[in-house]
Amino acid sequence: MSEQANAPARPTGAGWNELDRRGIPVAAIFMLGVAVLAGVPTAIGLSAISTTVALAWTLPGAAFVVIAGVVAEWLRHRTTRYRVGPDRVELHSGVLIRRRRSLQRDRIRTVDVTADPLLRVFGLVSVRVGTGERADDGTVRLSPVTRDTGDELRRTLLDRVGDGTAEGTLAVLDKGWIRYAPLSFVAPALGSAAFGGVLNVADWFDLAGGVIAWAVDRLAGFGLLGGIAVLVASGLAVGVIGALGLWVEMWWNYRLDREPGGTLRVRRGLLTTRSISLEEERLRGVDVVEPLGARLSGAARVDAVATGMATGTENTKTDHNTLLPAAPKAVADRVAAEVLREPVSPTEAVRLRPHPIAARGRRVRWALATVVVGELPLVVLGVLLTDVLLHIAWITAVVAVPVAVALAFDAYRSLGHGSVGDYLVARSGSVRRSTVALQCRGIIGWTVRQSVFQRRAGLSTVLATTAAGAGAYAIRDVGTGTGLDAADAAVPGLLAPFLERAPAPAPVREPVPDLA
Amino acid sequence: MTTSTTNATAPPPSSTRLRPPRNPVDRRAVGWWTTNLLLLAAAPVAVLVVLGYLITPARFWLIAPAVLIAAVGLVAAAALPRWWFRVHRWEVTDTAVYTRTGFFWQEWRVAPLSRIQTVDTRRGPLEQRFGLATVVVTTASAKGAVTIPGLDHALAADIAEQLTLTTQAVEGDAT
Repeated sequence: MSEQANAPARPTGAGWNELDRRGIPVAAIFMLGVAVLAGVPTAIGLSAISTTVALAWTLPGAAFVVIAGVVAEWLRHRTTRYRVGPDRVELHSGVLIRRRRSLQRDRIRTVDVTADPLLRVFGLVSVRVGTGERADDGTVRLSPVTRDTGDELRRTLLDRVGDGTAEGTLAVLDKGWIRYAPLSFVAPALGSAAFGGVLNVADWFDLAGGVIAWAVDRLAGFGLLGGIAVLVASGLAVGVIGALGLWVEMWWNYRLDREPGGTLRVRRGLLTTRSISLEEERLRGVDVVEPLGARLSGAARVDAVATGMATGTENTKTDHNTLLPAAPKAVADRVAAEVLREPVSPTEAVRLRPHPIAARGRRVRWALATVVVGELPLVVLGVLLTDVLLHIAWITAVVAVPVAVALAFDAYRSLGHGSVGDYLVARSGSVRRSTVALQCRGIIGWTVRQSVFQRRAGLSTVLATTAAGAGAYAIRDVGTGTGLDAADAAVPGLLAPFLERAPAPAPVREPVPDLA
Repeated sequence: MTTSTTNATAPPPSSTRLRPPRNPVDRRAVGWWTTNLLLLAAAPVAVLVVLGYLITPARFWLIAPAVLIAAVGLVAAAALPRWWFRVHRWEVTDTAVYTRTGFFWQEWRVAPLSRIQTVDTRRGPLEQRFGLATVVVTTASAKGAVTIPGLDHALAADIAEQLTLTTQAVEGDAT
């Protein structure tokens, strides 16, 4: 056994498992898909020369891509072995460079199981085992294994000593929540992406000019403003449909459970199913996020603030830390409270203290500066070239200035901080209002920032650094003294040796309301 | 409207402030920062001047920005390091590391010793020339690292060793 540690060959024998053999056909189908997607436009482009040339180039290329994919997957299958021992999980992998990874079992914090449609057809899943560490070294990815193996891995690796906590369901999907999907910024983004996509595909066939001419022809009947309105409306329609589709794919069959041993588990997904497990021990708070559209319709999303969540590039796009999608505010508050095992969510119970009025001036100035920067090119070009641009500039300014100022006032109204129980709560943002409740035991340092402008206004931004979530959560533009007092109260003793209080009797700290 | 009412009910502003950390950085840091800024400005200036020398028709449009960058660089190199020297301060107590950096965007950082994960000293080529080193203290937070630049390199090594010893005594994974 001891040679195994040094032997370069793949380990065999007791306890060592291989990945599922069906990974090879999965890779073959996937590469075939890639070959078709890349090959078809190339073939069409080349067929302008001659069909024979096109086929002569693309078919061998496609065959090569598929064969290379299969060979690579076969090598990976042959060289990858994993073992779940009593103390550690070990993974040996790599064809040219042998890599060994070994995770201590009592450090394992997350076991996520995902299955894309292709894997699901074969009854396979991909398992990601993670420790608290942020680096890639802290994760082991086993892909693919059978669904049963995946479930068993999840159960064995996260099964701590059951302390008798009852299993319970915190939230299940209400199909009505889909109404919040089109309100997100996904819709306009998808809409404009659709236009770009159409032009891009047309460009492959050298038809971009034709498509534009066709569209201009069609819209000619509506006049300039009408044409723009039709374009915007159709873009939005496409975006809304896309947002609805995306929402269904991401959140279908969503449920949030609490499992024995203190683990929260999110399950969701229509085509690609995901199961994300989070140990409550790792939870340091929650973030109740209200994007503007959702907020106006009374909805909020709940994100976990937890250590050891995948924060790398790999998972930012899959909303790994979202515990609840946009849902009515009351549901969000209830889920936030239950996740933290509190009677009332600290984000609700807290009495937020507003920040000095100077913070509003800063927001108004930022808003106006943004408008000016946006208008500047129009004005410069207008002066140099044509009056039309100047007219567009003043018309957009008439619309943009009130909107920007309204957002600035709203952003100021959102600002606030407070504390309730063991939680520090901070809120900020208008377009994306976020109310973070952070457990004070999770705060592992302070950063205080002050720009020259803030210094003149007597403001500071106080950041609580934490191992969880985004790494730091800010109390923005708070009165310097108030912010420091709040920080000092949240983690007694840490900041105190570095504070200077007024020689006059120390300001009486505001009595902190308990759960309201 | 709403804000004026909230202001009326708000308690009087607190006058609590952060005191400056006890220790200044090494005097030689001024030289290091000045050299850094000069080199930073010299690189684009050199490129522009060479191009201006070679490309006669565009000479004015290449030399003019070069002069501008050189002027800004010289002023910055003359003024900023002295300012920074006044502002950059650090302190290590029995319980925490405390630093102040920046001038236009001033920043105070506090990291408790009990949460420190790694302590490194860094020495770039320029820093070695000036006999300086930078101490970098990281915690479990992605944004919690505390750096103390411009220390005498022997002092930096002492601090790093002392911090490492202190933090080794603390159990747990510091999250």
